[in-house]
Amino acid sequence: MARDGMFSRWRRTEKFEGMSGLSPSDCHDVHVLAVDDSLVDRKVIERLLKITSCKVTAVDSGRRALQFLGLDEEKSSVGFDGLKVDLIITDYCMPGMTGYELLKKIKGSSTFREVPVVIMSSENVLARIDSCLEEGAEDFIVKPVKLSDVKRLKDYMFGEDLIQGEGQVVNKRKLQEACEISSSPSSSPPSISSLSPLSSQSLSSSPSPRSSSPSSPSSLDSPTRRLKMTNCDT
Amino acid sequence: MDVVSQLQRQFLDFTTSLYREGFLDDQFVQLQKLQDESNPEFVIEVVSLFFEDSEKLLNNLSTALQQHIVDYKQVDALVHQFKGSSSSIGAQRVKNVCVSFRNYCEEKNVEGCFRCLQQVKHEYHLVKSRLDALFKLEQQILAAGGSVPMIA
Repeated sequence: MARDGMFSRWRRTEKFEGMSGLSPSDCHDVHVLAVDDSLVDRKVIERLLKITSCKVTAVDSGRRALQFLGLDEEKSSVGFDGLKVDLIITDYCMPGMTGYELLKKIKGSSTFREVPVVIMSSENVLARIDSCLEEGAEDFIVKPVKLSDVKRLKDYMFGEDLIQGEGQVVNKRKLQEACEISSSPSSSPPSISSLSPLSSQSLSSSPSPRSSSPSSPSSLDSPTRRLKMTNCDT
Repeated sequence: MDVVSQLQRQFLDFTTSLYREGFLDDQFVQLQKLQDESNPEFVIEVVSLFFEDSEKLLNNLSTALQQHIVDYKQVDALVHQFKGSSSSIGAQRVKNVCVSFRNYCEEKNVEGCFRCLQQVKHEYHLVKSRLDALFKLEQQILAAGGSVPMIA
């Protein structure tokens, strides 16, 4: 199940860092597109991202986000081809286009489907979390968003590069996915207490592994989706 | 005790009481973590945005509930916004009233909604006056050449 896959990945993140002795770093030149209809929340998320050394573009609607990405059907993509967006973080409940609808549009785009999308919501609804993850969301943060939420997001997605010898900055998340696909997944069930991001928001589900119900993914092409399916099989 | 120490003491006592009485919760502490030399007015800026936003929301809520036929979806949407913004700055008591408010919306209980509107207005004004006082104390400390103590 998608969420179990995400939990497993968390534990590997901790193991990974322990082994290589890396310290969490802030991200450099990472460009985040933040989407939230609330002015107060936009200000907070913008600051949270800036303080973790990210470049931020904050917009107030899904529509504007699509326009920014050049994906708005009504407007032609005007000079946005070279636009580099490393992460999209969006509120779920927004008038007009919800974060979920925005997520689907992004995952449906050939240009941006690989960009990780994180959903924020004030409602800790399991069905909502699951449907977002099924649709390809990287993570789901329950509001109000804290500095620790953003830091750990940055850390596991854009932490220190590990292969410097090749003179190339490797996205840590992609590297971990590559390792996870080849290594055997952990057999012990994930315990919620070790998972700080979601445990602090008191998820109502029990931590014991459930029988994996087959999800119906839209595509098996994205490494994230493949990863989740792999973890379901254990 | 010199002026600065007195003010700092006052500030600490006042802040502690705000948390103890539930006006503020941990999210307010989180906001303070985001303030530094590069952004020394961050908390005041966010809270000011919250005040502006809230005044509008409260006006819109009053109008919506005075309609002959109340549009509960609209009222709920407004309360949801208010719940979100109050939660984001740590205005706990305001947020808690919003939770009850939404329940009355769901029940389409107009009296319950009216009561909650009064309650949320009341809580909002309480927290606003306290935050204004807190910021004033901060300014006084800084003006007297002291530094504002942080509550971890």
